[in-house]
Amino acid sequence: MRDARRQLAATAADLVESDDSVALVYAEISGQYLREVEARHPDRVVNVGIREQLLVNVGAGLALTGLRPIVHTFGSFLVERAFEQVKLGFAHQDVGGVLVGAGGSFDMSGAGRTHQSPGDVALLDTLPGISLHAPGNAVETDMVLRSAVAGSGLHYVRVVGQANACAFAVTPGTFHVVRRGAGATVVAIGPVLDAVVAATAGRDVTVLYTSTVRPFDACGLRAALGSPDVVLVEPWLAGTSARHVADALRDVPHRLLALGVDRAEHRRYGTPEQHVAAHGLDAAGIARSLEEFLRPAA
Amino acid sequence: MSTTTSLMSLMTGDEKHSAAATSTLDVLRVLYERVLDVSPERVADADRDRFYLSKGHGPMAYYAVLAERGFFPESWLAGWGGYDSPLGHHPDRNLVPGVEISSGSLGHGLPLAVGTALGLRAQGIGSRVVVLVGDAELDEGSNHEALELAAALELDALTVVVVDNRSASYAVEGRIEQRFRTEGWHAVTVDGRDHDLLEKALAHRAVGCPSVVVAEVGRR
Repeated sequence: MRDARRQLAATAADLVESDDSVALVYAEISGQYLREVEARHPDRVVNVGIREQLLVNVGAGLALTGLRPIVHTFGSFLVERAFEQVKLGFAHQDVGGVLVGAGGSFDMSGAGRTHQSPGDVALLDTLPGISLHAPGNAVETDMVLRSAVAGSGLHYVRVVGQANACAFAVTPGTFHVVRRGAGATVVAIGPVLDAVVAATAGRDVTVLYTSTVRPFDACGLRAALGSPDVVLVEPWLAGTSARHVADALRDVPHRLLALGVDRAEHRRYGTPEQHVAAHGLDAAGIARSLEEFLRPAA
Repeated sequence: MSTTTSLMSLMTGDEKHSAAATSTLDVLRVLYERVLDVSPERVADADRDRFYLSKGHGPMAYYAVLAERGFFPESWLAGWGGYDSPLGHHPDRNLVPGVEISSGSLGHGLPLAVGTALGLRAQGIGSRVVVLVGDAELDEGSNHEALELAAALELDALTVVVVDNRSASYAVEGRIEQRFRTEGWHAVTVDGRDHDLLEKALAHRAVGCPSVVVAEVGRR
């Protein structure tokens, strides 16, 4: 399967080609994939250099003229370094755009903390009305980006190397039911689905999947609920979506296990797979957590 | 007392920023009376000029000028800063007709204006984008990212007016004009209280590069 970051560049380039209200702003990163479209449309494809504060506000300034900007760099610099620009340039001005962050929690495992943003989703989730997307592979990346650009408002698309084998249709605010069971409900968000499916094999549980982090499908969760046990699996800070589960089930006594990336900084390099395992997000780690959480009370 | 200053006197309660407000008054009057192609009837016209008050502090002069030009009723001024007033101590584009950006946090207006100038150029719109910043606001590094790119991309629709009331810590004499000039901007420094000089400087649109007008108003 195609690499998701190459896919986002290809899709963004195609959107610029096919719609002259779409602009693309980037900050050196991914430039190797964008040279051709930049040469063809220099007015609407702009590399701002290593200037991330400017990157975000140039996107917002383009939006103020009615264009639909795609704003792209590594998630750490896009969201964390330039967060006030996202908050004020887009959200407070009340203009829309599509922020596309690459790298996620540990794509750049060897690069260390500077290039990792496990907190991007939680941070952006403080903004009113933002749509957050975590496509599970390159096919979903293409669909999500097209859908977000065609839509309105502010979106964040989190593009990472970790991928699920199957692609699901993009249905913002609606969970896909991957498997129905009588027991717990396991909610897999983004590219953790394959690990969740493997970890839940042989268990009588429901598995829900979505690439749409926000809006959160509260009705879908309620409808799927068998036993009042919910397991969230998110490949960013653990518990980021826990408040939505609490809100969806405010009148239902329930238990919640929120799996995700630890808050503690793991000062390790190595491969993304090693980091996935270190945070207990591989199939074996998720299976261990489920075993403990779902063990019948003694 | 001019009409604008009498309108300003209707607004009380932000004395901390009143020096900031009066320092911008002459520049704002010249822009709205003589330079900008804007009017209350054209706030949604794609071809209007854009004015971005980046230095959102002390917007009394801004509100007074907008009210005098008919963008909103003068009756709004007296209640400014109140819970039910659309006029805050920093302006909000979503609440005030004629206000193009919501500002207050320093160092955002010029980067936004660079994006806007790019967006207008991409759409073949010849409008100007004028940004007012303060001398101390230029402490914010985000401005320097923006002024470098604006010159590199030859954004000649863009004009920055720096209202220099010598409020920056660690100022260096002549640095502001030199900073812009080094990056390739058309740069002039004028008396920020002289309306004719301001008009001449602000009406000028350079070819192939952005322009900066440093308006010296002296410390109050």
